[in-house]
Formats: sequence, structure tokens, C-alpha cells
Amino acid sequence: MATYLEFIQQNEERDGVRFSWNVWPSSRLEATRMVVPLACLLTPLKERPDLPPVQYEPVLCSRPTCKAVLNPLCQVDYRAKLWACNFCFQRNQFPPAYTGISEVNQPAELMPQFSTIEYVVQRGPQTPLIFLYVVDTCLEEDDLQALKESLQMSLSLLPPDALVGLITFGRMVQVHELSCEGISKSYVFRGTKDLTAKQIQDMLGLTKSAMPMQQPRPAQAQEHSFISSRFLQPIHKIDMTLTDLLGELQRDPWPVTQGKRPLRSTGVALSIAVGLLEGTFPNTGARIMLFTGGPPTQGPGMVVGDELKVPIRSWHDIEKDNARFMKKATKHYEILANRTAANGHCIDIYACALDQTGLLEMKCCTNLTGGHMVMGDSFNTSLFKQTFQRIFSKDFNGDFRMAFGATLEVKTSRELKIAGVIGPCVSLNVKGPCVSENELGVAGTSQWKICGLDPTTTLGIYFEVVNQHNAPIPQGGRGAIQFVTQYQHSSTQRRIRVTTIARNWADAQSQLRHIEAAFDQEAAAVLMARLGVFRAESEEGPDVLRWLDRQLIRLCQKFGQYNKEDPSSFRLSDSFSLYPQFMFHLRRSPFLQVFNNSPDESSYYRHHFARQDLTQSLIMIQPILYSYSFQGPPEPVLLDSSSILADRILLMDTFFQIVIYLGETIAQWRKAGYQDMPEYENFKHLLQAPLDDAQEILQARFPMPRYINTEHGGSQARFLLSKVNPSQTHNNLFAWGQVMK
Amino acid sequence: MMSQQGYVATPPYSQSQPGIGLSPPHYGHYGDPSHAASPPGMMKPAGPLGAATPGMMLPPGPAPPGSHQFGQNGAQASSHPSQRFPGPSPVNNVASSYAPYQPSPQSSYPSPVSTSSVTQLGNQLGAMQINSYGSSMAPSSQGPPGPPSAAAFQGPPRPPQPSILQPGSQVLPPPPTTLNGPGASSAPPTAQYQPPPLPGQTLGPGFPPQQANYGPQMAGAQLSYPGGFPGGPAQMAGPPQPQKKLDPDSIPSPIQVIENDRAIRGGQVYATNTRGQVPPLVTTDCVIQDQGNASPRYIRCTTYCFPCTSDMAKQAQIPLAAVIKPFATVPPNETPLYLVNHGETGPVRCNRCKAYMCPFMQFIEGGRRYQCGFCNCVNDVPPFYFQHLDHIGRRLDHYEKPELSLGSYEYVATLDYCRKNKPPNPPAFIFMIDVSYSNIKNGLVKLICEELKTVLEKLPKEEHEETSAIRVGFITYNKVLHFFNVKSNLAQPQMMVVTDVGEVFVPLLDGFLVNYQESQAVIHNLLDQIPEMFADSNENETVFAPVIQAGMEALKAADCPGKLFIFHSSLPTAEAPGKLKNRDDKKLVNTDKEKILFQPQTNVYDSLAKDCVAHGCSVTLFLFPSQYVDVASLGLVPQLTGGTLYKYNNFQMHLDSQQFLNDLRNDIEKKIGFDAIMRVRTSTGFRATDFFGGIFMNNTTDVEMAAIDCDKAVTVEFKHDDKLGEDSGALIQCAVLYTTISGQRRLRIHNLGLNCSSQLADLYKSCETDALINFFAKSAFKAVLHQPLKVIREILVNQTAHMLACYRKNCASPSAASQLILPDSMKVFPVYMNCLLKNCVLLSRPEISTDERAYQRQLVMTMGVADSQLFFYPQLLPIHTLDVKSTELPAAVRCSESRLSEEGIFLLANGLNMFLWLGVSSPPELIQGIFNVPSFAHINADTTLLPEVGSPYSQQLKMIMNIIQQKKPYSMKLMIVKQREQPEMVFRQFLVEDKGLYGGPSYVDFLCCVHKEICQLLN
Repeated sequence: MATYLEFIQQNEERDGVRFSWNVWPSSRLEATRMVVPLACLLTPLKERPDLPPVQYEPVLCSRPTCKAVLNPLCQVDYRAKLWACNFCFQRNQFPPAYTGISEVNQPAELMPQFSTIEYVVQRGPQTPLIFLYVVDTCLEEDDLQALKESLQMSLSLLPPDALVGLITFGRMVQVHELSCEGISKSYVFRGTKDLTAKQIQDMLGLTKSAMPMQQPRPAQAQEHSFISSRFLQPIHKIDMTLTDLLGELQRDPWPVTQGKRPLRSTGVALSIAVGLLEGTFPNTGARIMLFTGGPPTQGPGMVVGDELKVPIRSWHDIEKDNARFMKKATKHYEILANRTAANGHCIDIYACALDQTGLLEMKCCTNLTGGHMVMGDSFNTSLFKQTFQRIFSKDFNGDFRMAFGATLEVKTSRELKIAGVIGPCVSLNVKGPCVSENELGVAGTSQWKICGLDPTTTLGIYFEVVNQHNAPIPQGGRGAIQFVTQYQHSSTQRRIRVTTIARNWADAQSQLRHIEAAFDQEAAAVLMARLGVFRAESEEGPDVLRWLDRQLIRLCQKFGQYNKEDPSSFRLSDSFSLYPQFMFHLRRSPFLQVFNNSPDESSYYRHHFARQDLTQSLIMIQPILYSYSFQGPPEPVLLDSSSILADRILLMDTFFQIVIYLGETIAQWRKAGYQDMPEYENFKHLLQAPLDDAQEILQARFPMPRYINTEHGGSQARFLLSKVNPSQTHNNLFAWGQVMK
Repeated sequence: MMSQQGYVATPPYSQSQPGIGLSPPHYGHYGDPSHAASPPGMMKPAGPLGAATPGMMLPPGPAPPGSHQFGQNGAQASSHPSQRFPGPSPVNNVASSYAPYQPSPQSSYPSPVSTSSVTQLGNQLGAMQINSYGSSMAPSSQGPPGPPSAAAFQGPPRPPQPSILQPGSQVLPPPPTTLNGPGASSAPPTAQYQPPPLPGQTLGPGFPPQQANYGPQMAGAQLSYPGGFPGGPAQMAGPPQPQKKLDPDSIPSPIQVIENDRAIRGGQVYATNTRGQVPPLVTTDCVIQDQGNASPRYIRCTTYCFPCTSDMAKQAQIPLAAVIKPFATVPPNETPLYLVNHGETGPVRCNRCKAYMCPFMQFIEGGRRYQCGFCNCVNDVPPFYFQHLDHIGRRLDHYEKPELSLGSYEYVATLDYCRKNKPPNPPAFIFMIDVSYSNIKNGLVKLICEELKTVLEKLPKEEHEETSAIRVGFITYNKVLHFFNVKSNLAQPQMMVVTDVGEVFVPLLDGFLVNYQESQAVIHNLLDQIPEMFADSNENETVFAPVIQAGMEALKAADCPGKLFIFHSSLPTAEAPGKLKNRDDKKLVNTDKEKILFQPQTNVYDSLAKDCVAHGCSVTLFLFPSQYVDVASLGLVPQLTGGTLYKYNNFQMHLDSQQFLNDLRNDIEKKIGFDAIMRVRTSTGFRATDFFGGIFMNNTTDVEMAAIDCDKAVTVEFKHDDKLGEDSGALIQCAVLYTTISGQRRLRIHNLGLNCSSQLADLYKSCETDALINFFAKSAFKAVLHQPLKVIREILVNQTAHMLACYRKNCASPSAASQLILPDSMKVFPVYMNCLLKNCVLLSRPEISTDERAYQRQLVMTMGVADSQLFFYPQLLPIHTLDVKSTELPAAVRCSESRLSEEGIFLLANGLNMFLWLGVSSPPELIQGIFNVPSFAHINADTTLLPEVGSPYSQQLKMIMNIIQQKKPYSMKLMIVKQREQPEMVFRQFLVEDKGLYGGPSYVDFLCCVHKEICQLLN
């Protein structure tokens, strides 16, 4: 094992795990002094082309409170066919199928390279994936047209046996029955009335009592399929019908008078969608995909009234406690989100509008269920179209990059306890011996539900070292953690992925260097940022900033080397050197700063921040800036105003935006048309290089970033200027006013 | 008994009883025989109709001598009176009193003239007393018109009668006894009922209509109204025989009365130029010419002469009421209403009472101002309306402006008369079909859908328009509602299901209500698909209130008035507002709680109706029940919104579809006004106090109707609040503000002037029995909701007795106490009253279906006079004596089994049902001719259609059935009844002069009963 960097990278590739500390302080006291908590970023379904799933089920520890999965860290007595659980030390008999086991004939799960292994569960019925479209019809004509086309296109991307359903809404909510021939039929609900799940199911005729007259049906299953078939149909059966239906979708016909917003019943539409799936396919992978072009304006979940003269709430209003609908609406969506999560379904929100659409209130729907949140200006933009298309992208096996209804269980060896998780999940409220009383994020449980996830979905998992200072861990002792993720694969198989990791313990007093060297500052920055953002959602901004600052100061105090009263003497080791910079940019990021962002934007940014993997998260915290020049190949430069030079082209990636910025000279050259002259072909190539690189990023990222091509003095240059560290301002060097005009 | 609680009818008056009773004399008309004797003097007042004026009157003719001015048309209304009263029989009668017929003097009609006439009258009477209206007819047979009228009448007839009478002996014993039981008191002979003219008679001359009564003079004279039997002592005497049954032919015959009026006034022109004139009977065909008062087709009154004081009114207890049918159909040979358009200024109205300009406004000061005939306020004439007056103070443009010279006309309403000051949108029709299992299974849904395709082609439209402005929409439902988008640009209709029946709403705006022509293809597509769409449904439960709510919300959303056509078949038991349970509890029948059966089960329907009216949503309901469906609840909204309720029990495709389809077609095509509000204004001294009909009232004056069609009548009761002057009369203006089928806002104005008199005799003389029965029926049927039926029946009987006793006491010439004397105008009042009392609504018998009772109750509430007359006293026509060459209806016979014969074939119709009764010995040639089968035994009675046989009999019979059916609001289903077979029981119920199947006295028995009551009152 070479450097820690390699170790960390290897671990990430194999297990999808990055720990803030890769050598663990061996007592609670020492751990708290480390400032950055012991935590990890886990990407449960990290793509592993090299890891084919095994076609059998895991062997579990027989202790009812443990049930850890047999793993490479377990001690095995091949002769006695026994294995000892490395978490609870229970000795277990191997099951009969393992009788042939021996040192040379090991099952995969005992091999060290299979610290992460995936099992396929053969039991249980396989239900097809379900996609329920919930479509706003209060859109401008061209927006609606674009949306219709995207939806029609998406039908061709779905697996042929997937069940699809369609709900449209405006002033009313329509649940379309897809099975009928001839007349198109829909069930209509008023958008102002909140309905219980039971009422919705009754009204849709989903309850058995609703059909007392049905002839007795032989099998339960048949009845089930009959009921659901009215609203959810296999795509291969109703492809044409649905395509036509989408094609015929009209804008909401109810008149909208001047000075009013259209009446949009998003709250009820979602509620019905949730109720529909709840009644028909509980605990089956399903996506509710909400497409909305504006804020909910009536009924439960309304975010703003229909008077245009009353603007939608801003951060200012919220601070002044002046957002009259916010609390009620948030409550409505929270209840829905929790129900959805309980059913194992997920909700996506695709919100495209120039104004806010209520993402602040609705964010829990995606955040608690693992759904996607996409925000754009219009459905008629490539940003939306490509993002949406990317939802249905496939992996190397030809499977969709989506999984459903996952539960994540975390088991720890006894020196550790679980403090909580931050990510798109909900608690399953499973108490256990390894649950810490110290809560961070979604806490108080050792199991979480993640209703929708993809290969990049990443959770921040926080631990607490509980080992007492006076109970030293024997030399060479290792702490172990096992992550067990059960989920429905997009092929509809149930699968279980088990990752078991172990790290060395070290005594912080004697082996601080070790610990320090094993610090993963990137992971630490992201994990701290998640904590900060999590707090910011519930607390006020300045407090969070102050807290972050204090943490940084404490960390520097602990690990920095300096002489008192001498700032220039301050040094941090390599493993910490970038950390302050991350914190600096984090403070300025939209995740913590609400200035200049609408509440919806903040919600949107935070949503993505809480689920992306480490690399993407870091980009979000500190955007990447590349500089292109004739002087050499593109190079990363400091995110600083000093990097803005006249003869450079800059490419900035903030995750949400890709900005290409032409320096003053470059812009002039381009204006003069040099790139079209054969003799300046190199200039043409220079111009092209960032475009190509940007394309590459654009192709890979989800959601598709906003792509901005600007130049010195352009109004869009603000995207760049707002991000860089303003080391040069009008007070020094650059004539700020002159630059900006 | 007397005590009336009065609610039934006019309460107020009721109290008075005391007074009444006494005086004996006079005319009862029952019989009428009599004759001559009548003495002299009395007569003036007489009766109704006119018998005539003194001399005879020929009908058309000129007015007679005396004063009558009124003669016919043109008359000026003037004053006096004159003649028309018949004289009563005077004294003599008294003596005789009991005798039935007597010849006594009284005339039934009143001829007015003074004494001199009296004599004549006397004679007449004979003939007539009974008839009221027509007294004239009396003479009948003979009587040609001879001039001398009086003479004519009376004279002739006699012959027959006497004989009859006597023999007959009526029974009416004196009071003590009970009805039949006359025996007891033998003493006085009783009665009299004789019918006047016998059958055959035709009537004499026609008298012109009316004579006016204005005459004060009469008063003095006295009036006896003819009525009764005056004379006759002789006869009476005889009679005493107790047990004998009264000869049915000797009691007043409705047929006779009808035929007499027809003979006198049928086919003539009746001009409405005279205030207070009594129009021809509803059964008489004539041409009506509007000359300043509304046609009787629009308004009929219970009496055309109001008592001057409320004391008088209380004394007589005759209800003062008008039956208004503002949208009545007028035959093509009468002028349709003129439309007056004053442009933006709108109608000219009195500043104080807001009455509309009408012939009752008196222009003064050279035409610069006018005095309102209703409140007497003097108003300035608006400048644009100014016109000079001529030498008699009439505007020069009198004949150019309908509102100055006509009784009825329309105004174009301005925006001020529109909701929210916006012109209304054209109305919409929404068809709402119950697609639950039973309706699908029996083919009804398919039938409706098929029929709609053709019937929608015939949506009502303005005459000058190419297509109808009415938009249409479709909803089907069982326990949920299905709305359909049938926008013209759709390839396929779209169905939108609303399952939130607890709070119904309209799921779509555009495409629900469409122009039929534009969306025809989509609509046809829909109508083709509906039966298939639900073919596999086995949903049995339905909702109802949400259905109405949905229609109403749809109209509200479209901001237009309209009409819902609901085709429903079952008790709405699904969980929803307005859910009903089966509460048909026969144990309640004949208890004080019986009224509950007529009340809606929940108040949901009440408030729903209120909303509907507020939004101009009328509901017409076609019910196809196979068991109890709670008509009392389901029918409430249709009733309060001016809709119609149709009911087809145990609907069977092959038997009932024709009737239903006819009703549907008729209902869709009928003339109708929407979102109407009616206001009845009266001149000072009296006012409208109570309203009955398919109406909704939020306050005491505005009659709101979501819609009103040509068959709906509103009965308005008036009360005094001061004295009325004989000179000024009693003026009524009924204004209906409504929206036409093309969405125009209009005012329809009907004006009617009535006389006033301080003589009771004038009052009795001007009564109209048919209107009275209409009033009594509606008031009783309304009271059914609040009072025990027993009390209501008693009130009706008491009031009947009271009215007649008052007449006898104050107007008839003295006669024996035991004599029953009826005013000529009310000769058939007892028989009609008995029919009313025997109607299943008022009969507390558990054998009768609760739904049927509720249904009939509701029907009657909106009936006009003609419909109620036919309904309570069905038309029974002999078919076996048909003259195949005639194009007229054969003369009807009285509704009694005794009029049937084994060799006969009879057709009976009451406006709802039609029966063809076949005697066991019907002539085979007729049977062959009608049914194309060789004999009685071969006739298949299980059909509602007569076979197509080319024979003259068959054609004639069909023609007759067509005539009967014409202009009736409901299509009558034909039932073939073979004598002595089971179904005959049903038929028998309609023989209303006989003892009822479920109880209820025969005509004769009832008459005895009433007579007894009267005698008690008089004592």
C-alpha cells in the first residue's frame, strides 16, 4: 500500500466509500478532538463493471440483533464449518450449501477483493417498473408542445413491460384511464380539495369494496392486475394510445384573466399520484414524475395566490415571516413525501419556469424519496430535454441507471456507533445497539430507506467513536463497518449489495501523525459541507457560517503548526492544505448563502449537493477553472480574479453551470474574425478547445448544466465574476468599474 | 266541520262561518229543471253565463237592450249590468223547497234582467240551473237560439225534467240524515238534483259570452241565483222516499255543462274587451281576440267579480284566485304576442308601484302625465313616449301600441333586467343519463341515445333563426358522473369521470356545452358509444343530487340558464349527498304522520333547488322506477325549478317506449322561457298572497322559476287588504321577466281587469268551477305536506258546503230547507270536488303506491285549468257509435259504469292515461275494424299501440286519439281493457262518478253529504 492517496482512491473504486479519517482515533475523547467527525461518503450502488452479482443469497449472522452478512473479515473455521461474526463475535454454522467450503474453495464473499459484493435474491414476485407522469397543463403553448414531445420520446426509452400512467393537472386534476378503446376516459378531481388516500382510492375505484358487483375472480393476483390496469398499463400495450393522448393534450382550458396566475393544482395532483400508487403497488419500484411550469396556486400545497401582483415569497419574505403559504404547503408536501417513502416510491420534480415554482416547499418530495429535481427556464430548452433523456440512460449492461426501494443498513463493530445519515433518504426507525444518541442528520436508526437511487447517489454517514479512553484497543485492532443495501434493480430483480470495510485504530496521542496523514481532506470538506447545509436548512445562515468557521479554526489549531502571534508561521500539512480553501468557497457558495438566490434556487442547489458523489460535490463547493492559452495545454488555475486575463479563455465548471469566458484580447480577435483565416487556424483551435471540453462535461453530467458562452464585458460574465475570489477589486489592480461598465 | 282550519283554501275567510249559513233560498242548481215558475223578481243576478240577458241573447248579437253593454266585444265596458242574471226563482221555491227540481223559478242563469225578465227566467231555470256556465244550455235541445232567450231556455226543457226529477227523487234528505240515508227524514223531500237538460240537449243559443254583470242593479233585485230547485215543492214532496236512490240523470252533469257551453260559445270569437266577463269553458274551442285583457288561455280566475269587501269574501268563502299560464300556447289562428321595444330606455313603468305601461294607465293633462291604474300614482310621461290625446282622452297612438291596447304583450328588457347587467347567454340543455345496470339491461340507455340523435335536430329555435342557439351537453352517471367533451374538433369524444360526488364540480369548460350542428359528428359518435361503453357495467347504485348539482354547476360555469334532462331509474342509495333510503312506510298511511311521505327525505334537495333557481337551471326528470324510488324527494327539484316530472312504472321497451319518446320529443320542443321571475301586481285594495305551482319564492312577492314552459301554470290567490270599488274594479298585472331560447331578455306582461261587486250574487254568478277546482286541488295538495289528510278532506267538504250555503242563504230565492240549491256557475262543483277528494293523493289508502301519490300531487301543482279539469274528470267517449265521417269528437258520456254497455267500446282519457274499454259484446265488425281480429276473445290486450288496420273505424279512432292527445303536456299510454278482465279494475278507478275502488263516495252520495252539511249550516 503506497500512499494514503492511493489507498483512498482504491477504496473508493472498490467500495464506493470515502472516510474523512482513514485511521481512526481510538477513543471518544480523542475523536471529538479531531474536530472533523469520523464519517464517510458512501455511494451504495457505485457502478462496478467488474463485479457481477452472485446468484445466491447472503449468509447472515444468526444473532437476531446482529444479522451481519458473512464477509472477508470474518474468522472462519473451515473444519468445523463455523464462522465468527466480526461484529458480534457470534459463532455461526455455515448453511448446508456451504459444506464444500475449505481454504481453497472459498465462496466469493470470503475473498478480500469482495469486500463489496452483490447478491441476487430470487424470491418474490417481480413487478415491472412503474412510471407515473404527472403533467402540468398550465403552460405556454410552445412549452407544452416541447414537453409533450419529450414525454412521447421518453415512452420509447422505457422498458417495454414497464407500467405507465398519466395524470394531468391545471385547475382540475385528471387521472387518465389508459385501457379503454374508443373514447378516452379520465377521472377528474378538483384541485382545491385535499383527499385522503382512502378517498382517492375509493374514487378511482381501486378498493375492492368499490366493485361489489364484480363477478368473483379466481385469483387475487388477477384482481390486482385488473384494478391497476385501468390507470397503469404496460407500455408495449398502450404505446400508441398514450402517444396520441399526449399529443392531444391541451392547455388547461380554464380562462386566466389578466393579472392572474393560472390555477394550478400541483398539491392535489401529487397527492392523487401518491394515493394511486399507494393503493395499487405499494413497495414496488415506481417513479412519480412531476412536470410543472409554475407554482401551485390553489388547494392544499399552494405556494402563492393567483394574483400576479402578489409575488411569490422571497428569502426576504421568509425572514420577515411573511410567506403566508409556506408552512402549510411545506407540511402538505412533507406528509406526501413521507407517505411516498413509506411506499417505496420516489418523486421527481421537473420544474421549468422563469419564476419560482415552489421547489422550496416541494423539495422534501424529492429529498426524502431519492427523486430527481430539475430546474430550468422552459421545457423547450436543451437543458430540460437532455436532462430528462439522461434519466433513462443505460449502463454497460443495458440496464437503467436507476434503482428503487432501497434500504440501507449499517452495522458497526462495538467501538463505533452510527450518528446519522445525510442524503436522500428517510429513517426506518430501527433502533439497535449501534445507534448513537448523538445525532447528526437523519438519525436515531441503523436503517434508512432510499426510494430512488442511481449509481452516483451518495450518502454522508456519520459515526461516533464510543470506545472509552481507558479501554485501549489492542494493537492491530480494527474497526469494521458493514453497509447492506437491499434494493430493486432496474431489471426488477431484488438485490443486496454488501460492503464491509475495516480501518485501523490509532491512539491519537501517540500516533497523531498517522491519523493526520490518513485524513482525507476532500471527503472531510464534503462531509462538513453536508453537515453545514443540513444545518442551514433548519437554522439561520450566519449561525452555520459561524459554526463552520469555528470548526475550521479548531482544526487548524489542532493540526496546524505555527508560532503564536506570527501569522506567517502557519503551516498545514499536505493532507490538510486544501481544506481551508474548500471552506472558503463553501462559505460563498449558494448552499450556504441565500443572497442573490431565490428560495427555489437554494433548494435546488442544496438538493443536488446532498446526493452527488465526492467529485461532483467538490466541484460544487469550489468550481473548477481551466485556462486555455497559446502558452501550452489547458491548465487549472486558481478560482481567483487574478486568473482572468485578456489573452486567456477560461472554462469554469460550477456543476450547475459551464461558463466559457473569452478574455478581452481573445474576444477582440474573434470579433475580427481571425479564426476564419486559414493562417490563424491555431486560434481557431484555441477557441474550439474549451468548447470540446465543455461538451464532454455536458455529455456526462446529470442534471445537464446551464451552458454559458460569454466574453469579456458580456453580461453573462457575471456567472464567472461572482464565483472567483475577488482578490483584485476596484480598490486594487483591476479597474472594476471599467471592466463592468 | 266547519271549522276550517282553513288552510286549504283560503284561510282567511274561513273563519267566518257563522254568518253563513242561513239563508236558504235560492238556487241550487242542481237540477234545474224547473222552471218557470220562477218568479219574478229575482233574477238578476244570476248566473253565470249568461244566460242571458234578457232576452235572449243571441250570441253574437248585439247587445241587448238593456244595458248591457258589454256585449260583445267592443263594448265598452260599461257599466251596467244588466242582464245576465237569471233570476232565481223566487219565492215559490221556497216553499217547495225540497222538491227537486222544481220548476222553480230560479233560473239558473241568471238572467239579469230585471224583473221582467224574471219570469222568463224562471223558465229558464228550469232548464238550467245546473249549468253554470252555460246555463244557457239548458234548454237544450230545443233551444235554438231563439231570441227570446229566456223563454227559450226555460221553456222547453221542462218536459223532460219533470219527469225525471220526480221520480228520481232525490235523496237529499234533509240534513239530519246522512247521506243516503234520507229516509229518515222524510219529511222534506229532498231533493233536487236534477240535472238539467238531459243529455241530448244541445244548447240553446249561444249566448254570447258574457254578460257582464256589472250591474249593480241587480243587486237589488235580488238575486237569487238560480240554483236550485226552487220550485219544486211539489216534487220534493214526493220524494221523500228514503231509500231511493237519486237518479243519476237528475243531478248536474258535467258533460251537459260542457256541451252546453260548447254549443253556445264554441267556434266563436271571444273578445276580451270587457272587464269581468266570464270566458268560455276550457273545454270549449273558440277564437280569442285580445282587446285589452289577457286571453283566458293565459289567465283564468276563480271568479271574475271580486267582492268589494273582505267581509263579503269571508262570508262567501269563494277563493279569489287566478290561474296564470304565462307561456300558454295559442293556436295559430290567434295573434301571437307583440314585442314592444323601447330601446335603451326600457319599458315605461309607474314610478311608485313599478307596474308596466298597460291599458289600465289613464292618460291625463293632454297626455303629459298618466295615472297608474294600480296604485293611482300620477306619473310624467317620458318625453320619448309623449303622444297627444283624442277627444275621449285616449292617446292617438292607442291602437298602434300594443301596451296601450292589448291585454298581453312583450317588452324587450334592457340590461337593467339582466343578471349582473350583462346580456344573458343562450340557454343550454344537458342530457344526463343513468347508466346503471337496470337501464342498460332493459335497453333504455340505447333507446335514449338513439332518440337523442333525432330529437336534437329539433331543438327549439326562434322563428327567424336557421338553427337553434341552444347548446347541448351530455353526462352519464351511476354512482359517479361521466362528463363528455364533444368539442367539434375532436375525433372522438372524451370522457371525464368525476367521482367526488360529495362535492361535484364541472371538470371541463370548453367542449362540454356545444352547438349541436357543429359537433354533430362527435355527438353521434358519443351516442353510439354510450350503450356499449357501459354494456358490461354491473353497477347498481346511483346518485341523484350530485347529478343535478353537476348540471347546475355546468350551467353556472357557462354562465347561461338551461334545462337538465335527467333519465333516472332507481333510489339513489350510493354514498353521496341526497342519498335516500327506502322509507315507504305504509303504516303511516291514515295517520297524522302521513304527510311525511310527501315530504322530501332530506333537505339537500331543497337547498339544491334553491341553487338551481338562482342559476336558472331547470330540471326535467324522466323516472323509470321498478320499485319505490321516493318520488317525493326526487321530484322536489324538478318541481321547484319549473321542470316536469315524467314517470314510467316498470318501463318495458315494447309497451312504454312510444309514450316516453313522445314525452321526450314534446318536452324538448316545447316553448319555454328561462331564468324567469314573475311578479303579480294588483290594483289597490287587494293583493296576491299565495302562489302555487312549479315555483320558488325567496320573498313574498317574487315568483322565481328556473324555467317556465307552455304547460306550466301558477295559481295565485288574492286577499283583500282594503275595500274594492265597483267602478275601478280589480286589476291584475302579471309580469314575467325571462330569457328566451335565443338568449334575449324579455318581459311578458298579462293584464286582466275584474269586476267588483258588493252583491254576493254577482260573485257567484261570475265563478268558474274549473278554475276553482284547480285552486282547491293545488291548495289541498300543498297542504298535504303539512296537515293530516283527514283534516284537509274535511276542510274541502266544509268549504264546499260553506260556499253553497252562503249562496243559498244570500242569493237564492227562498225554498224548502231540504232543497239543494246550487249556483248556476257551480253546478258541477260538487262532482268535481268529489273527484278531487277521491284522487289518490287525498285518499289515505295503503293500497296506493306512495310514489304514485307523490307523482300525481306534483303534476297537479303545475297544471293549468284545462289539464286539471280533464285530470279530475276524465273524458269518456263512446267509440261504438262513431260516425266515421265526422271529424269531431263524439259527445262524451259521464264517467260512470252505468254509462257503459256490454255492446259498447269506450275511450277514456285523463291527460295521463288512456284506456280503450271493450264490452264483452262489442260488435265484431268494430273489433275487426279496429284490431283486425275476428272476435273479442282474439284481442291481445298486451299492447299500447293499435294495429295498423286500414278500416275507417281504425282511422277514426286514431284520429280521435290524436285529437285528445293534442296539446296535452303528457303523452298518454293506451291500455286496452277488456270487460270483466283483471285490468278493468284500473280502468274503473277513472269512473269518477261511481263509488271509488279505494273508497270515496259516488257522486250521488257526495251530493247528499254536501247537502246535509249545507242544511246544518243553514240551521
